[in-house]
Amino acid sequence: MIELHLPWLELAIALPALGALLLIGLRDPELAQRRTLLFSGLALACSVGAWLDFGSLHTFEAHDRWSLCSQCFGSEFFVIDELSAPLLPMAALISFVTTLATLRTKVRRYPFAGSLVSETILLATLSCRNPWGIVALLAVGVLPPLWELRSRGKPMRVFAIHMSLFVVMLTVGWWLVEQTPAGAAPSNLALGLLIGAVLLRSGIVPLHCWITDLFEHASFGTALLFVTPMVGVYAAVRLLLPIAPEWALRSIALISLFTAVYAAGMALVQKDGRRFFCYLFLSHSSLVLVGLEIATPIGLTGALCLWISVGLALTGFGLTLRSVEARTGRVSLTEFHGLYEHTPALAAFFLITGLASIGFPGTIGFVGAELLLEGAVDVYPWVGLLVVLASALNGIAVLQAYFRIFTGKRYFPTISLQSRLPERIAVLALAALILGGGVFPQPGLSSRYHAASKLIEARLQHIGQATALETHGEPAWPAWFNENDKTAAEREAVDPALEIDAQSEPQPAGATPLQGGPSAARTTRRLPNT
Amino acid sequence: MNYDQLFHILGIIVVACPTLLLAVLGVSSLVGRPLTERLMSQLTQSAVVTGLLASIGILAMMLMTDRRLIEVGMGNWLVLKEQHFHFTFKFVFDRLSVPFVILSFTLCGVTGAFASKYLHRETGYGRFFVLYAMFLLGMVVTSLAGTIETLFAGWELVGLSSALLVGFFHERAAPVRNGLRVWTVYRVADAAFLVATLALHHLTGGGDFVGLMGHGAWPEGQAALTSNQALFVGLLLLVAAAGKSALVPFSGWLPRAMEGPTPSSAIFYGALSVHLGAFLLLRVSPLLEASTLLCVAVVALGLVSALFAAMAARVQTDVKSALAFASLTQVSIIFVEIGCGLRYIALIHIIGHACLRTLQLLRAPTLLHDYHDLENAIGGRLPQNATMWQRLVSEPLRRRAFRLAFERGFFDTLLADYLVRPFVKTFQWCDGMERRWTNLLAGRSARDADPLQAAGGVVDDLQ
Repeated sequence: MIELHLPWLELAIALPALGALLLIGLRDPELAQRRTLLFSGLALACSVGAWLDFGSLHTFEAHDRWSLCSQCFGSEFFVIDELSAPLLPMAALISFVTTLATLRTKVRRYPFAGSLVSETILLATLSCRNPWGIVALLAVGVLPPLWELRSRGKPMRVFAIHMSLFVVMLTVGWWLVEQTPAGAAPSNLALGLLIGAVLLRSGIVPLHCWITDLFEHASFGTALLFVTPMVGVYAAVRLLLPIAPEWALRSIALISLFTAVYAAGMALVQKDGRRFFCYLFLSHSSLVLVGLEIATPIGLTGALCLWISVGLALTGFGLTLRSVEARTGRVSLTEFHGLYEHTPALAAFFLITGLASIGFPGTIGFVGAELLLEGAVDVYPWVGLLVVLASALNGIAVLQAYFRIFTGKRYFPTISLQSRLPERIAVLALAALILGGGVFPQPGLSSRYHAASKLIEARLQHIGQATALETHGEPAWPAWFNENDKTAAEREAVDPALEIDAQSEPQPAGATPLQGGPSAARTTRRLPNT
Repeated sequence: MNYDQLFHILGIIVVACPTLLLAVLGVSSLVGRPLTERLMSQLTQSAVVTGLLASIGILAMMLMTDRRLIEVGMGNWLVLKEQHFHFTFKFVFDRLSVPFVILSFTLCGVTGAFASKYLHRETGYGRFFVLYAMFLLGMVVTSLAGTIETLFAGWELVGLSSALLVGFFHERAAPVRNGLRVWTVYRVADAAFLVATLALHHLTGGGDFVGLMGHGAWPEGQAALTSNQALFVGLLLLVAAAGKSALVPFSGWLPRAMEGPTPSSAIFYGALSVHLGAFLLLRVSPLLEASTLLCVAVVALGLVSALFAAMAARVQTDVKSALAFASLTQVSIIFVEIGCGLRYIALIHIIGHACLRTLQLLRAPTLLHDYHDLENAIGGRLPQNATMWQRLVSEPLRRRAFRLAFERGFFDTLLADYLVRPFVKTFQWCDGMERRWTNLLAGRSARDADPLQAAGGVVDDLQ
């Protein structure tokens, strides 16, 4: 395997851990915040370094140079590949801006050491491709929020029950998969347990109540760090996607689709800001899962794009809501708050991030949403339209929340509510990424498409290409919808531009779905020659 | 420099002017360094005048060179070669888009100049011009779009700016409630538009209008779809158009939209935005030719909406609402014209009506003052003579018609009772069940947020 130029990955993982150790026994919360920012910032720099270094190598995967882990364990434990390369800086950025946007009023309550431990585990999880390593890290990852709930004296039963179930299902499920003889398909029990674990960690209905409970009782920052990187989706990609048969993926996609609509509807009727955010996030993370489980090049690319856009956009959205909470206390959506005049920057950012999450044109979410929709409708022509419904409902929910929080009455504060410099830096950095990614989406799209291609190749190699081709089948459009005998011929005849395009891109004989065969023809804007 | 290069440069200027305006005004607001009123006004005027001159230049050159279709490609915004996935930004200048973009620049320029005085020292002056720039960009992109995705992007920008401008006076609850109402209707319309876009991709292999209607310049062109396909896609686009143009049953948002400042009402709901539905149907008019049923549906919807709007306009108690419904009447008639295949008449009707209605709406505030002066001078109300309808129609029938018109056809009530309320009740029930489940797991009340909840539902705005 090709090596990076420096041990970026291990540095990115070790620095927050070192920072957490240095915070032990520290009483001064402001000093703790500064140290957390330092180590989190260094971890962010290392993860960006790993991403850039990896990009310069033009390879699918790479590992650290002078890797300590490989010397100790004899195998490459931390690896960066096309899937994880942008996820690592995204996760590090989420951690960094969450710490940066923590106001002085909240520093006494925010667990900085816990956030650094969470960051370490998160970066390690996203760098790990060893299945047992992922299982172990996902299991350990539930401990920091649990510890916080316990130390704050908050009820933890709902979270603990769900997470215990998650760990047990994940561990037993993967153990059963490991027991499967080589060449045979995993048993239904093993798959069922793995699917259950992924759905639970991703908060798919009806296994989602732990997320609302976590947002209710944990600090907003901790809850954000635990859910917005979407490690449940990561588990689905690494553990489930390569081995799951088509029926399993389709089941997950349909359940996720239902969750997307259900959560969007629930977001509309929520009366508390945090619960509203929770359902909005659930709706979007379910859409990411929908795209992943469609497992077509377009759908998967859309899901991977959406993963990053939702991660960034909803982190920003959550941070804005958290900033509002820091000024006014828990935000009730039953009344208007009229904060616009006092916090115009936060209002603008709330709107930008909310719109980015629903895939508004010009924002980073647009491309992912468009590709995902196209992929979903190609595989499930009618059911896939639920993506449109979920998106419409989410759009209404976002603007409703904006109006409720920032408009509707004149607010007379006794103190200045202007956003502070660290908050402004945090939100502007995210806004730049959201708008920049929306205006120049091609680099991100190409990178995600390569990652999707590799994932599908790995899947085809594992479960057999023939099986994959058989199970895709034709989409269930009505007969009249596909009656294009006359029109196709006419298009061939009247459209020289397309003809030239067709000549320049001939299709190889016996092309696979990935390379432009029948499946790709359905999933793309087809030219006549396809 | 040959004509093609000149067309290309002018085309880019037309699109770049509103884009730069939005970028400058938006970024300065976002970083907390708002520009002065004077500078904002000057920038707006410069951008509008430059864009207008460039579009007039294109028109003049098209007339000189006798070219009816100019395509200005901005290259592929997104490409996945292996998947034949292209997202192309392409703008077309033809007999439909050029008049529409000139109209947009002209009316936006007039309204911008009016607003710079009308909103002088208003706290939301900067916000108004940011949204105004967004609207202008949306209109220009929509007018010139050469692919359905580009049109959709412009369409969304127009929708967002409209909803936010309805809620412009946001220190009161009513305008923002109405803004949310407008946004909700737009989202429904946008969803229909999005599905139509997907269907077009599936059927024609791309979102390019050339793929849909051939290389013929507007209004020529032949739909590359069968009758059933044209009906399916056309009905979806008709829903999108009806939502944007406030046709029945979406008419409820139009009078509510008048809560916004007068300049925005004039430009959006009197002049430009309300005609976007008709513009969309004109752009895809070859689809109408491919399906007689679709034409019938367009004509029927137009007639019903015209009848309803004509009645509703007569019972409004404020001038802006009356003008809104009068505007809707004309837009509905334009739909009928489009359904009947009278495309040039529809285009001329749009231009004439938009100019007239802008003038009326901008004049409305001072007109009220004039009426008050007249009434003060004569010492009473102005005399009102009985109309022809009052003489011809019986009293009970008139009363019923009045009730129907006053309640705006009960469309809002019907939508609230049969769509929004069941939806809300269902999800509130689900919320209650979730609460019981988490309480059971927690062994206690699991929601800290409960004490926050006051009486009244969040979705009251939508009801």
